[in-house]
Amino acid sequence: MSIACEFDYVKPTSWKAALEALGKEGAWALAGGSDLIAWLRDGAVQPEVVVDLKGLPGWSGIEKDGSALRLAGGTTFAEVLENEAVKKAAPVLWEAAGMVASVGVRNRATVAGNVCSAVPCCDAGPALLVHGAVMEVRTKSGKKEIPIEQWFKGPRKTALPKGAIVAGIRLPAGGGKQGGAFAKLKRYRGEDLAQASVAARVDGRGNWRIALGSVGPVPYLAERTAAVLKGCKAPDEKLLAKAAEVAEEEARPITDIRASETYRRLMVGVMVKRAAALAAKRLAGEGPEYGLNCMEEEAE
Amino acid sequence: MKTATIRMKVNGDWRRAEVRSGDTLLEALRGRLGVHSPKEGCGRGDCGACTVLLDGRAVRSCLVLAVEADGREVTTVEGVGGGKMHAVQEECIARNVFQCGFCAPGMILAAAALLAKNPAPTAKEVREALAGNLCRCTGYEPIVEAVLAAAKRMGGGRDEATKDAKFAKGKKGGGKK
Repeated sequence: MSIACEFDYVKPTSWKAALEALGKEGAWALAGGSDLIAWLRDGAVQPEVVVDLKGLPGWSGIEKDGSALRLAGGTTFAEVLENEAVKKAAPVLWEAAGMVASVGVRNRATVAGNVCSAVPCCDAGPALLVHGAVMEVRTKSGKKEIPIEQWFKGPRKTALPKGAIVAGIRLPAGGGKQGGAFAKLKRYRGEDLAQASVAARVDGRGNWRIALGSVGPVPYLAERTAAVLKGCKAPDEKLLAKAAEVAEEEARPITDIRASETYRRLMVGVMVKRAAALAAKRLAGEGPEYGLNCMEEEAE
Repeated sequence: MKTATIRMKVNGDWRRAEVRSGDTLLEALRGRLGVHSPKEGCGRGDCGACTVLLDGRAVRSCLVLAVEADGREVTTVEGVGGGKMHAVQEECIARNVFQCGFCAPGMILAAAALLAKNPAPTAKEVREALAGNLCRCTGYEPIVEAVLAAAKRMGGGRDEATKDAKFAKGKKGGGKK
């Protein structure tokens, strides 16, 4: 069960050196390692060189950036959970962070790494989508910004140019009130990959964003579902049912080892209904605090 | 660099190890340094048997490259009590919470890391902190109970937390010392 392939390991302390090292053929970036090291063990990736990004200046930390919040590239899910400002500015991301794998994984796994690995079930994807996050990317030729809506290109494929590094993730604070919820369907409580996930966010003017994960090749915004709810800050049962119906149509799941296509599709409807109801309640200052398994507990 | 010499502070002592760049921290601890308490269960971060504390945080040592731990502090169950038994260990022993014991080192470290951060956890918080540590023998409840009792004994625990642990009813909460 050891890692069979031989590779070089470097830990650059400047962005220039890191970008140079990553520009070479066979170079892989290492942040939290929770995906990469499992892939190395499986033999799924066989790098010439592993470039550890944790020595980079400004690699960790969460700070205010004007009215936005900026997570440095190396921000872990544990650091998100420990940060009150994230809970306030991006509560759906905060709630999703608590459902990523387990404490031991969250202590190392990074938010940026999660969306760079870009597996369809990544928990950060739908959450960043409803918050309209912007990926700050550094390349050899400079910096560029990629909106999260344009980030995911396919399973394990992103808009990140080859050899580039995600230096940070900007979360627009948006101002004003908001309510949100993250629903993750798992085979059991505790740690599991999502069978389906739904992120929902509504602002004080009744603008909705709904994002789906694990029910398509990439996490994506369910725009038709959001359109059903548009303008309504407190959707009633009838409207929620309509949104659920549209979400079932908008989901594009497959059958795999974790769930069947039909089960996923039907559950997306249920989850959209519950997540939107919870988001609306929270917008109104009601409903349970952001946290773990809120929806299951409400339903019990 | 395909091999390297790394230095880690393991349970308080600086140790040196020759490692391949593909060696995991788990392999370095077990294979090079003779620290056998972290176990390899799944080898991919799902089971928690390989949990160690890296600079005080619980991590999966099977998902850390040994070279990443260079210059850092690693604590295993041998060192978690700082030369004596940790309250979690004592409560686990007093209640005989483990059967085969394979998950025990990871479970104890995950619990110790929780209590260091949150001295008065609720039963829900304990369950969440241990959710990534799989135990195939016990059904978890005695372990949760032991952690709550340890919190109480360490001076942080709360009464209602012990009460809301299922199966804790009717038993003494420990913490009498």
